Amino acid sequence: MSTESAATGPLAVSRPHRPGTRSRRVQRIVREVCFYLAVLIVILIALFPFYWILRTSLLSDQAVGQGVGGPNGIIPAHLTGSAYSEDFNQQGFLTPLINSAIVAGLTTLITIVVATLAGYALARMPIRGAGAILAFILVAGFFPVLAMVGPLFLVLRNLGFLDSIWPLIIVYLVYTLPIATYLLRNFFMQIPADLEEAALVDGATRLVALRRVVVPVAIPGVFTAGIIAFILAWNDFAFAVSFLETPSHFTAPLAIVNLGQSQFQVFYNRIDAAVVIITIPVALLVLFAQRRIVAGLTAGSFR
Amino acid sequence: MAPLRFIDVSKVYPNGVEAVSHLTLDVEDGEFVVLVGPSGCGKTTALRMVAGLEDVTDGEIEIGDRPVNDLTPRERDIAMVFQNYALYPHMTVAENIGFSLLMQKLPKGEVDAKVEDAARVLGLTEQLRRKPAQLSGGQRQRVAMGRAIVREPAAFLMDEPLSNLDAKLRVHMRAEVSRLQRRLGVATLYVTHDQVEAMTMGDRVAVMRTGKLQQYAPPKQLYDRPANLFVAAFIGSPAMNLYQATVDSEGRSIALGNQTLALPGELADEAVIGRYRGERVVVGIRPEALGDAALGGHASTSQRLQGTVDLVEELGAEKLVHFRIDAERLSTGDERLAGADDETGGELNTGEIGTAAASAGVARIASRSEIAAGQEAAFMVDTTSLHLFDPDEGASLRGEARQPHS
Amino acid sequence: MATEAPPALRFGGRHGRPPVSGRVRADRRLGYLMLAPAIVLLLAVTAYPLVYNLWNSFHAENLSEITGQGGWVGVDNYTRMFRSSEWLHALWRTLAFAGVSVAIETVLALGLALMLHRRFRGRGLLRVAVLIPWAVPTVVSATLWKTMFDQRSGFVDYIFGLHTTWLSGIWTSWTAIFVADAWKNIPFIALILLSGLQVIPTEIYEAARIDGASWWQTFRRLTLPLLKPALAVALIFRLLSGLLIFDVVYIMTGGGPGLSTETLSFLNWQTFLVDTDFGYGGAISVMLVVLCLLAAGIVGWLMRTRDLR
Repeated sequence: MSTESAATGPLAVSRPHRPGTRSRRVQRIVREVCFYLAVLIVILIALFPFYWILRTSLLSDQAVGQGVGGPNGIIPAHLTGSAYSEDFNQQGFLTPLINSAIVAGLTTLITIVVATLAGYALARMPIRGAGAILAFILVAGFFPVLAMVGPLFLVLRNLGFLDSIWPLIIVYLVYTLPIATYLLRNFFMQIPADLEEAALVDGATRLVALRRVVVPVAIPGVFTAGIIAFILAWNDFAFAVSFLETPSHFTAPLAIVNLGQSQFQVFYNRIDAAVVIITIPVALLVLFAQRRIVAGLTAGSFR
Repeated sequence: MAPLRFIDVSKVYPNGVEAVSHLTLDVEDGEFVVLVGPSGCGKTTALRMVAGLEDVTDGEIEIGDRPVNDLTPRERDIAMVFQNYALYPHMTVAENIGFSLLMQKLPKGEVDAKVEDAARVLGLTEQLRRKPAQLSGGQRQRVAMGRAIVREPAAFLMDEPLSNLDAKLRVHMRAEVSRLQRRLGVATLYVTHDQVEAMTMGDRVAVMRTGKLQQYAPPKQLYDRPANLFVAAFIGSPAMNLYQATVDSEGRSIALGNQTLALPGELADEAVIGRYRGERVVVGIRPEALGDAALGGHASTSQRLQGTVDLVEELGAEKLVHFRIDAERLSTGDERLAGADDETGGELNTGEIGTAAASAGVARIASRSEIAAGQEAAFMVDTTSLHLFDPDEGASLRGEARQPHS
Repeated sequence: MATEAPPALRFGGRHGRPPVSGRVRADRRLGYLMLAPAIVLLLAVTAYPLVYNLWNSFHAENLSEITGQGGWVGVDNYTRMFRSSEWLHALWRTLAFAGVSVAIETVLALGLALMLHRRFRGRGLLRVAVLIPWAVPTVVSATLWKTMFDQRSGFVDYIFGLHTTWLSGIWTSWTAIFVADAWKNIPFIALILLSGLQVIPTEIYEAARIDGASWWQTFRRLTLPLLKPALAVALIFRLLSGLLIFDVVYIMTGGGPGLSTETLSFLNWQTFLVDTDFGYGGAISVMLVVLCLLAAGIVGWLMRTRDLR
């Protein structure tokens, strides 16, 4: 991209002629401007749609009916929270939100425990075939979701677990476990073996050393794994749309799709209000995690 | 009872490499034993086997007369100081020191009291609530020590605990660790590659090379009666001068090139020299056994060596005189010596001085001497401290000095 | 670290590994125990359905037909699939979409990764801006772009002065699907590529600069080859998610207009949950798995990085 300016910059210094130097400087400034323009465009493409749904979600039903333009331009003249209250009061959007929070939360919890154990075993225990086991775990993450839906539907139907959020907690592990295990394994491998050896010599068992020394030191990694697991579980649509039937059992993504559809009109303000709500926790997590992970806990304790 | 004992211990890694070979060694009550050797000699592996961090392939390790091969580290009653200290970064100094006591499920009050005691001994009372990242290198080292001493274990294991400190602090901590160990009276196994640490700290020193024990003796004996060429070259700084020499047919003197040195009675003894009459040997002369003949004394020609001075290093209290004589010097590339000039051992080695290496030697001479570079000089030789070695096996010819564990 | 390089002494030779103590065996057993929950759970949700699908695909398993349920039908389901024009069309659409979207998205992601890799003021903002589309549910990206492309509520027609009913036409529908998919996926691929860029030592670039290489030469001769492992990972991720595209299609077009945006995953879902035909659906599922394995295998083989490991 514009690294070129950096590459030619130092060479320009050796040129004695002023005109050459100046044209190079102009060239460089032009390149910088182009680069920042490109950055601006990327940021706009990434974020403008969010502005647009926020804007739409704040329109009244009537304004949505009128279409874009006039008083309902890029910055609408009248804003209202009616779509939000409609979602929560009439459409009962709170229930799917709670369902999603329960499922994603529990999936995350199970993922952290199971992936920590597996990741540690892969990183440190003297097991045979660690490579093959890791390969299996990673490949499982690529398994086509839609190829799982049919058989799992039959199994859940036979067990009487269809139309329930609880089996989703287990099913979602296919999204979360592979990446979390891999991430934690890599994290554990980076922790100096000395630390747990010290704990073992200090009288800890393997599991106690894991809980009291390794995991606390790897907390940024555990945290990252947890956040990613939560996002992945929170985002599922395919399993929810396959296994859930009753609106009060819906997860939030499934509820959104069934929201705001009426015979005569699509109420994009209501749909987008729900989209805004479901985006908020994810966006917060991203912002929050950015800060957290950077704080490396081990910094300074070795050397 | 011996707190710590290796009985014919070997360690073979899955890839077939034998890191420790038939090691037999015991540490007495309260004794400070140093395992020293060049990197790759198996000393750290030996230590880790005691800790239970490494599996024993063959043989038996005993702690307090109890075989421990199949015990986990926590069942072994040992404390260890790691090279990188391995402080738990998320715990305070107090929590670090008290961790092992917590694992023993001691009541909180008792833990606190013991941690405070240990901190007082180490001068860490002020730092108890800090995290390791906030400490200086020396303080971290002390915390690592504190974690070990708080336990009152059967043995301390220390894996190059001073190697991450700067030179000055290292000298200071060397003394401090020794004092602490003597005060606590706990048997200690200490691993280092630094022969100065080994000599200054150890009650006994075990010199290892490629997994095999070379000699196990008090420092003084190691220095005065090295069991073989490797130990002779490894211990002492500057290193011992080693030359190819030939014993005369009567076994009374040796020839280094065209010069002759008389053998003292002790070495001229039939039992020592008999087999080597008229044969080649390796002669070792410590730099300290050489003096400036010009400063007087009454050495006969058979107690002198004539050489050309290459370089004089003035150390203040003494001079290091690098010289060449007409005799074949054992180079550091010699396989009998391989590794002996490792790290600190090699700092002052003459082998590094240019082309003269093959025949260069070093003498440690009183600073009032006026020897200067470029001169021909005569050196007095304290022949009573000559060392003779078999040229093939490298073993010392003094029978009684051969190490008992062969 | 503390461990020393062991000396080069051979021992035991071909007699295999040295014996292992009970302590190591206990550790090993504990290791397997620690792995067990992850392995059992993953087997339960992948291997079990795969086997179940295989079994179903050779049987008549249609819940809506009382008769003939559970009977062995041999390869009938597969013959039906290979002769079905609906399946063949879905296969072709899926492959085309995956190929085109992978190509375009990877190139754009590489540009984004290079942008993110550069140090400049505002890089933090760019990172967050790019991370959010990745983190939101597919439902959000699909719904959001459905809004954007809507003629009455959307931004696209409004700003470009168009009067296109995007989701009523075949090509316009695919465009909308592609945009929604790219908007969400490019950041993720860019992040994978960025992590690959970050492990390339900067000295290499400095050396190239001194050697007088231009930006393009540097990119062509250094960055791309060194990025190969990360590129392989990114391509596999992207290709598989392209081949399995479902959420966006379901939400934006429902496979329409007509069947014009029906992909394999969507067809598979229809077969399972609308037609409740688990035999035929099983056959489609098995082929989907085969397709994924093939795709991953081909990318892995094309991008094999023998020389870099």
